Amino acid sequence: MARKERGAPPEVNAGSMADIAFLLLIFFLVTTTIGVDQGINRLLPRYEPNPQVPIVNEKNILTVLVNKDNQLLVNEKLVDIKDLRQTAIDFIENNGDGTCSYCLGKKDPNLSQSPQKAIISLNNDGQTSYGTYIAVQNELVGAYNYLRDRECKKRYGMTFTEMDYIYNDPASKATEGLVDDLKPKVEKIQELIPMRLSEAEPKKN
Amino acid sequence: MSKFKKKKSGGTPAISTASLPDIVFMLLFFFMTATTMKDSDLKIENTLPKANQTAKLHKKQYVMYLYAGKPNERYRSSLGGSDRIQLADKMASTADIKNFVILERANRNSEDEKYLTASLKIDKNVKMGLVSDIKLELRKIDQLKVNYTTSQGNPVE
Repeated sequence: MARKERGAPPEVNAGSMADIAFLLLIFFLVTTTIGVDQGINRLLPRYEPNPQVPIVNEKNILTVLVNKDNQLLVNEKLVDIKDLRQTAIDFIENNGDGTCSYCLGKKDPNLSQSPQKAIISLNNDGQTSYGTYIAVQNELVGAYNYLRDRECKKRYGMTFTEMDYIYNDPASKATEGLVDDLKPKVEKIQELIPMRLSEAEPKKN
Repeated sequence: MSKFKKKKSGGTPAISTASLPDIVFMLLFFFMTATTMKDSDLKIENTLPKANQTAKLHKKQYVMYLYAGKPNERYRSSLGGSDRIQLADKMASTADIKNFVILERANRNSEDEKYLTASLKIDKNVKMGLVSDIKLELRKIDQLKVNYTTSQGNPVE
């Protein structure tokens, strides 16, 4: 039997490489969960042991009560959650004193004077379920988002939700001048339609 | 002897599988980069409520996770049937939140700290009493940025 020439290195059999790669592939396929977490962003108020109660005109407050059976009471009227968003929108842009040039409200004398003065006060029972709470939050945030997006689109041609995400994204710092450019715009919209959503401590039973 | 010999009919030509490993590797790398591993084993039920006015959470390095819900079936005998909080891998009480937040902050760069968001992953059947206790603790330690993490969908059917 003739021996092979010394110079030629022996070949590695790569036939099983595909099998090994498949094995790894299947492992990652099974463990993968693609998709980023999403949720409602909120800023909690700073903790104060003895909070001051500001004096606010009655008509500038929209009280939303949620009881332990997950029913809604808005300004002393039983309201279905489907109608909550429209009720909130009507309340915020009611424009009672006529100073808000960008509002389309009905100027109802019993509702808020201007978006700057409008406050939505949310009260939960301790036995309310979290699912209902989120649904209510979602509708109220939805009402603010609707008004802000409309105003932002009119002024700057992009929605506020989009703009706010870019503004708050830590990755935006890398682009020169982007954050500085957006800052006055974001603040302008926040000034025009401030999100004044107050939450009371739930009643303990 | 003709130059253009007719191919023998009958036998099908073999498909080359030489590029198969390359294709598989390509897929492998895709899944390796797209994967996010679960880092804590949940001992509680965690069905998130639905919402559609949501914003995406920023990168993982800016987020800490707080879980709450009823203990799972198999832990119910040892942990009881009422709503509990889980921080990282351990069951916790509201008093532990303070230390947890401090620890999470210490693990981050001081630069990233102001972007740090608390992601509240709370089961939809949890009562609001517990949720507001959690929120009160977060406020006391000045962790004001929170995200009520939800699944995508319309809450009003």
